[in-house]
Amino acid sequence: MLRLEIRGITKSFKDCAVLDGVSLGAEAGEIVVIFGPSGTGKTVLLRLIAGVHDPDRGAIFVDGQDMTDVAPDHRGIGMAFQNFALFPHMSAFDNIASPLAARHLPPAAIRGGVERVAKLLKIDQVLAHAPRELSNGQKQRTALARALAGSPKLLLLDDPLRNVDAKLRFEMRLELPPLLRQSGSTVLYVTQDYKEAMALADRIAVLIGGQFVQVARPDDIYRLPETVQVARLFGDPTINLIDVIPHTAGNGVFATISNTAVAIGEQYRAGVGRAALLGIRPESIKISDAAAGLIPADVVATTPLNERLVTLLKTADGHELLVSQPATERAAEADRRVGLQFARDDIVLFDKASGQRLQAANGVGRS
Amino acid sequence: MEHVSTTERIVRGVLITLVLAFFLFPIFWILLMSFQTNETILRIPPSLFFEPTLANYTALLTGQLKTTAGNLDILFMRNLGNSVLLSTGSVLLSLLLGVPAAYAFARFRFRLGENIAFTLLSFRFAPPLLVLLPLSLYFKQLGLTNSYVGLIWVYQLICLPLILWIVRGYFEDISPDIEHAYRISGHSWRQTFTRIAIPLARPGIAAAGLLAFIFAWNNFVFALILASADKQPVTVGALAFVTASGIQYGQIAAAIVLSVTPTLLLALYAQRYLVEGLSLGAVKG
Repeated sequence: MLRLEIRGITKSFKDCAVLDGVSLGAEAGEIVVIFGPSGTGKTVLLRLIAGVHDPDRGAIFVDGQDMTDVAPDHRGIGMAFQNFALFPHMSAFDNIASPLAARHLPPAAIRGGVERVAKLLKIDQVLAHAPRELSNGQKQRTALARALAGSPKLLLLDDPLRNVDAKLRFEMRLELPPLLRQSGSTVLYVTQDYKEAMALADRIAVLIGGQFVQVARPDDIYRLPETVQVARLFGDPTINLIDVIPHTAGNGVFATISNTAVAIGEQYRAGVGRAALLGIRPESIKISDAAAGLIPADVVATTPLNERLVTLLKTADGHELLVSQPATERAAEADRRVGLQFARDDIVLFDKASGQRLQAANGVGRS
Repeated sequence: MEHVSTTERIVRGVLITLVLAFFLFPIFWILLMSFQTNETILRIPPSLFFEPTLANYTALLTGQLKTTAGNLDILFMRNLGNSVLLSTGSVLLSLLLGVPAAYAFARFRFRLGENIAFTLLSFRFAPPLLVLLPLSLYFKQLGLTNSYVGLIWVYQLICLPLILWIVRGYFEDISPDIEHAYRISGHSWRQTFTRIAIPLARPGIAAAGLLAFIFAWNNFVFALILASADKQPVTVGALAFVTASGIQYGQIAAAIVLSVTPTLLLALYAQRYLVEGLSLGAVKG
């Protein structure tokens, strides 16, 4: 049985549809990251699951039990808010203790429970402080501790790293997965940072325009994005997209870029003759000296990015491409003519009109 | 403001002193008057030097007003008690009714909600004199004339809209997420209201309560029409000092000093409370 199942959730605010028939299931102990650009209803979805808002249509099940009409205090949920939402008039201890105190546990049990999570999150030395005396990082840890303290079946984390600085965010990215796994809760984690999503998720659910466009393991989303939009949201620098019309030659399927035929793999035979977008990640392109059979391109500029070297190139027919290489590679001088080679297995092909990834009829390349 | 030159500091001090002198002078003068007899008050030119007397206060406390025309019974202390009772009673009732209502208006959207809130506010627009005639007729029929219950009820016109609208603003300033977080932790909405919303809106509730208290305390016309001497507050009771033999300035001054004292003490007490509330940074987590 699924720990959490939401079926056909629809929610609009003042005639503006935010969620449009969203369904999702999560196993016990699974970490599902809900990822999407801002304003796509990620937070609303969490709030619906928490019971803070009511869905217009659809149902929410926890362990097979219909929770749609159950009050938030009886859903067995822990939630951390983006703005922390700590109780300003209570100490960090009382904040963290609140899910335990609500169950009328004896004081010793409450103290034990609070100290356990506080130690895990390394805030045991600031428990007596009021929220206003805590640093941003400590506030965020307190909020997480409060969500974890009740050992909830379902842990909802609404972009908890949004309001902390980059260094802390990175630390937490390392710290969180073991912590969340240890809790045993099923985690729904909302973020709009694709790196955070990739780092934490068992599965990523990509929410765009009020619908899940793709729900898959992080690797699959990165390698085989379902739509152009998903492809663009993951990856830095972003994926290169080139207008092509695939054609066949001999046994293979090819796309022509700068008068050079590029093999794009059998599975895209469905795209032959159609206007398509060829997607290739910057790290899947190899730069070498210009030679026959390679795509000719001129180097425009190079710049370092996160220990990698990013090169902007312009192909002979005017496409601009980004290539990302390990920083150990020597930077190509500007204006130099080079040859590009696309890693064939990393090429994805999208239908230009719909933005959907083209898939083979026999299911090859399906995520 | 680290680099304040000496001149600036002096100028600022002088200006503040001037402002304070301007505003506090009448109160200071009244305080002086309360220790003088009518003769020394009315002498020309007025002087800061006089022989202080406690006669005014004794008169008020004993309820015996000695005038040149003879002795008059006055109910000043009774009036003062009435003021305390009426103001406290009506503020407490308003808080009891207004705070939950303010919370409802702040947090829930319901049919006609805004209209109801505005109607309550509009009670403050109505000129009391216009309302009084029908009100006194009704009160006669209901047997509420000259009763504390009736007056406290009418005082809701003064206190309730004030408390409702001020406290509503404070509730709206509390991030709903803080309340959501408390509910999700496993608490009922009632616990959320009493343990999160009320404590966080406390500075607002205190301010609104204080303001309502002052308005209720200063009210004159409702009690003038709807109550007789034994139920009237000081504002109306002070009329007794306008006697056939002249206006008793000394007693009026003493009465003012006595009647200002409770509000002043309350304000000083609440001010400490307000500042504490504000510095708590109550709303932002």
